Amino acid sequence: MIPLLSVVTFLPGAAGLALLFVPRRSVGVLRVASLAITVVTFVLSLPLYFGFDGDITGYQFEENRPWMPTLGAAYHVGIDGISLLLVLLTTFLMPLALASAWGVIEDRLKEFMATMLILETGMLGVFVSLDLFLFYVFWEAMLIPMYFIIGVWGGPNRVYAAVKFVLYTMVGSVLMLVAILALYYQYGAATGRYTFDLPVLAQYVMAPGRAQDLMFLAFALAFAIKVPLFPFHTWLPDAHVEAPTAGSVVLAGVLLKMGTYGFLRFCLPLFPDASLAFGPVVWTLAVIGVIYGAWVSTVQPDMKKLVAYSSVSHLGFVMLGIFTFNQQGLVGGVIQMVNHGLSTGALFLMVGMIYERRHSRLIADFGGLWRVVPAFSALFLVVVLSSLGLPGLNGFVGEFLILVGAFQRSPWLAALATSGIIFAAVYLLWMYQRVIFGEVTRDANRGLPDLTTREWAVLVPVVALIVWIGVYPVAFTGKTEATIEALIAQVQAKASAHR
Amino acid sequence: MDAIVLPAVVLGPLLPALIVLAAAALVLGLDLGPRALPRELLAVTALAGMIGALLATLARWGAPGRAFRDMVVLDNYALFFNVIICYSGALIVLLSMDYLRRTGSDSAEYYALVLFATAGMMLLAAAGDLVVVFLALELMSLSLYVLAGLFKRELASGEAAMKYFLLGAFASSFLLYGIALVYGAAGTTNLDRIAAAMAARPRDPLFVVGFGLLLVGFGFKISSVPFHMWVPDVYQGAPTSVTALIATGSKAAAFAALIRVLAVTLRGVPPDWTPLFWAVAVVTMTVGNVVAIAQSNLKRMLAYSSIAHVGYMLVGLVAGGAGGTGAVLFYLLTYTFTTAGAFGVITLCERARGEAVEVGDYAGLARRHPMLAAALGIFLLSLIGIPPLAGFVGKFYVFGAAVRGGYVWLAVIGVLNSAVAAYYYLRVVVYMYMREPEGAVTVYAPSFAGGVALTVALLAIVLLGVMPAPFVDLAQAAVAPLLR
Repeated sequence: MIPLLSVVTFLPGAAGLALLFVPRRSVGVLRVASLAITVVTFVLSLPLYFGFDGDITGYQFEENRPWMPTLGAAYHVGIDGISLLLVLLTTFLMPLALASAWGVIEDRLKEFMATMLILETGMLGVFVSLDLFLFYVFWEAMLIPMYFIIGVWGGPNRVYAAVKFVLYTMVGSVLMLVAILALYYQYGAATGRYTFDLPVLAQYVMAPGRAQDLMFLAFALAFAIKVPLFPFHTWLPDAHVEAPTAGSVVLAGVLLKMGTYGFLRFCLPLFPDASLAFGPVVWTLAVIGVIYGAWVSTVQPDMKKLVAYSSVSHLGFVMLGIFTFNQQGLVGGVIQMVNHGLSTGALFLMVGMIYERRHSRLIADFGGLWRVVPAFSALFLVVVLSSLGLPGLNGFVGEFLILVGAFQRSPWLAALATSGIIFAAVYLLWMYQRVIFGEVTRDANRGLPDLTTREWAVLVPVVALIVWIGVYPVAFTGKTEATIEALIAQVQAKASAHR
Repeated sequence: MDAIVLPAVVLGPLLPALIVLAAAALVLGLDLGPRALPRELLAVTALAGMIGALLATLARWGAPGRAFRDMVVLDNYALFFNVIICYSGALIVLLSMDYLRRTGSDSAEYYALVLFATAGMMLLAAAGDLVVVFLALELMSLSLYVLAGLFKRELASGEAAMKYFLLGAFASSFLLYGIALVYGAAGTTNLDRIAAAMAARPRDPLFVVGFGLLLVGFGFKISSVPFHMWVPDVYQGAPTSVTALIATGSKAAAFAALIRVLAVTLRGVPPDWTPLFWAVAVVTMTVGNVVAIAQSNLKRMLAYSSIAHVGYMLVGLVAGGAGGTGAVLFYLLTYTFTTAGAFGVITLCERARGEAVEVGDYAGLARRHPMLAAALGIFLLSLIGIPPLAGFVGKFYVFGAAVRGGYVWLAVIGVLNSAVAAYYYLRVVVYMYMREPEGAVTVYAPSFAGGVALTVALLAIVLLGVMPAPFVDLAQAAVAPLLR
């Protein structure tokens, strides 16, 4: 049997390394080859979706091979209903991100394509790892390609943003390393078996108390920085704004999901008591993030910055959903992760398209674009509406489920979070109105060309998916519900084991 | 009248060191030969000596031997260090070939001294007696003092040699004084018999003071805080290839002797020295990392970073046991390849006014010499501890041992330190990849031998990063008999 998951995970990285041997002058070969690799990876990941049985709760497409037997670390990969969607999101967004860089990235194109492909392997590895050691390797290794993408191909302030991104993330993740080791030795001392295997460790019922709280906090800090949960978000605007469009798409679309995924995959099952105990703290921070992110977005003069801060708001929703610990909230959280990846990824793509035409992202430099670029404006409208959660499009499904979940916890919480949706309508529609409607205010905007074929090809798949999830969410929630149910049951069983 | 019974002379356990010494003699002899002999022959002879010693070491694996009434103990522990030292020596010889010719310092003495120093390192790792510890340390150090001053016309090189010699002699006298006191208390300089004597009278103040002085001497050689003051000046002033040797081989050898002396004699004997090592580890890694941030000279930065790495290794010593001590051995293995590689890249970069040592000299290196920049980048990423490179695994085992030993806070301080370190290592990457060169450009001084050395080092850190388990197991098996 073909180890499909490993092939999907390592194909881009291996091909990326191979690309380094292509002569620098063959620009066309490099572009086509890298795009082809990501498309092939996406096609190969489709059998994961169709072959995945949504009624089974365990891991599927599992591969488990010994790697460092004396240490207890193995090459153990597999996907469940949560990681399946994120793997697909990654393989789906990568070709679009690379296509968006065609003709835009000229400098050191070969290295750019190779770095993006290696990054894809790193991200997929994070989502499929079922061994804490393996997970940490991917988690840390993935930082470096992103660092180069921001630092080498980014905007004017790129070096600052890149270093800030790496240092911020690293401080969080090194503490997680200590917690991983502490968990490893605690489990080993308790059972006599030293292993990093996640399904095994997840069975372990740890006594509640200081040790569990500290381990939870160390994991949570690493993930909260990545999400980013307020007040750990300050790296995000810098990184998003300075990164090239392709980098922003991947950063917003996939990287941020690693944080929320980490909470789901590690914090909840491994430290259920601490997760429940710190729940109120997380809700509070999540709701502050929802409202704060929205308010800050409202006053941004720069479209890219506006979209960046909107991520803080949207990811606050996801965190709220995850920490409701109920079926609706968690399913909503998972779907919202995908939705945010699609709609924010699309927003970054479209802001990038405007920027390529005008070399400005300032809202004030635009106005009346509908008269000039109607097709662009129409698609932009769909994406904006998806991002603000219009019923019938994908964003609504996730936010609605999260709010239902939150309402069961506390109506006040739900009420406060709902205001975030209203503010989202304010900042997104106001931005859209200033950029697209009205008279053409600047002469420089009069001659702007509308969408090219390449841009159509990039945007149509996203918009199609946005509509599909909005109209028929069961295609995705159906894959994830059993997993979520099992996760909730596991958390509650472990947490009540002490009572 | 009793006849004097001479101990049987068993040279087997000395074989690796003897091969190296023979190569040194041969190098000196060749230098006297006809002028027509190609100069490369000297380096090739030295390299052959290193590789011969490596093969002899590998051949003796698992067959421990003792010689000269237990003064020399060639057990797996010593053999593990011999491997590190041989690789260090071989890499340095490869890196030196073109570097010396370019700087006009090509001479037989250089290779002979490198070989002598290497022999001293090997003996240090195999020393079962404090007298041999001292002799080996001096053989190594005296050779290195001379090597540090190799650039006779450069003030910095002279300063480095002078400083290294004065402070090194000072440290040696501390060590010697410590040996004398321990001898006074135990009546022997043999480590096993000292252990027995200490077990009988653990609170003898002579032991405590004697060991305190020994630790000062070792602290200097491994360059732990507060005995690190010589490091930046010597690393900066010495020829870069010599700096690489001081930073890798000599550090490994000093650690070898320190660990053996501690493990054999201090095991389970009060007073417990762990709190002292705990504090020294914290101070060493923190001072090393914080001061490294402020350095603009790459050699100085690597000097301070090497101090920080000593701090990480001391974390492993604090954790103790086969896990902790074995982790230190593995760490030294990864550190040797990485550090030799990083200094190796510097030997290959030159500017009109001499060596490229300022961080700014590396601006835009990736554009003109992508392979060289990628190599230095990978070495630096390994020093930060980014997986899947060797440096990550080294840190993982060291901090893992600390967590296992219950020193969780020490591990936390350690990992936060490695996050701090990321800043200054990445700054070099920023210059190489994200800045454009200013003024005169740094050019690559082509060197086949240097390329071979870097390739070996790169392959080693990738292999040790992806498949570390067998090597870690070997390291832990090597220290286990010492700890008994």
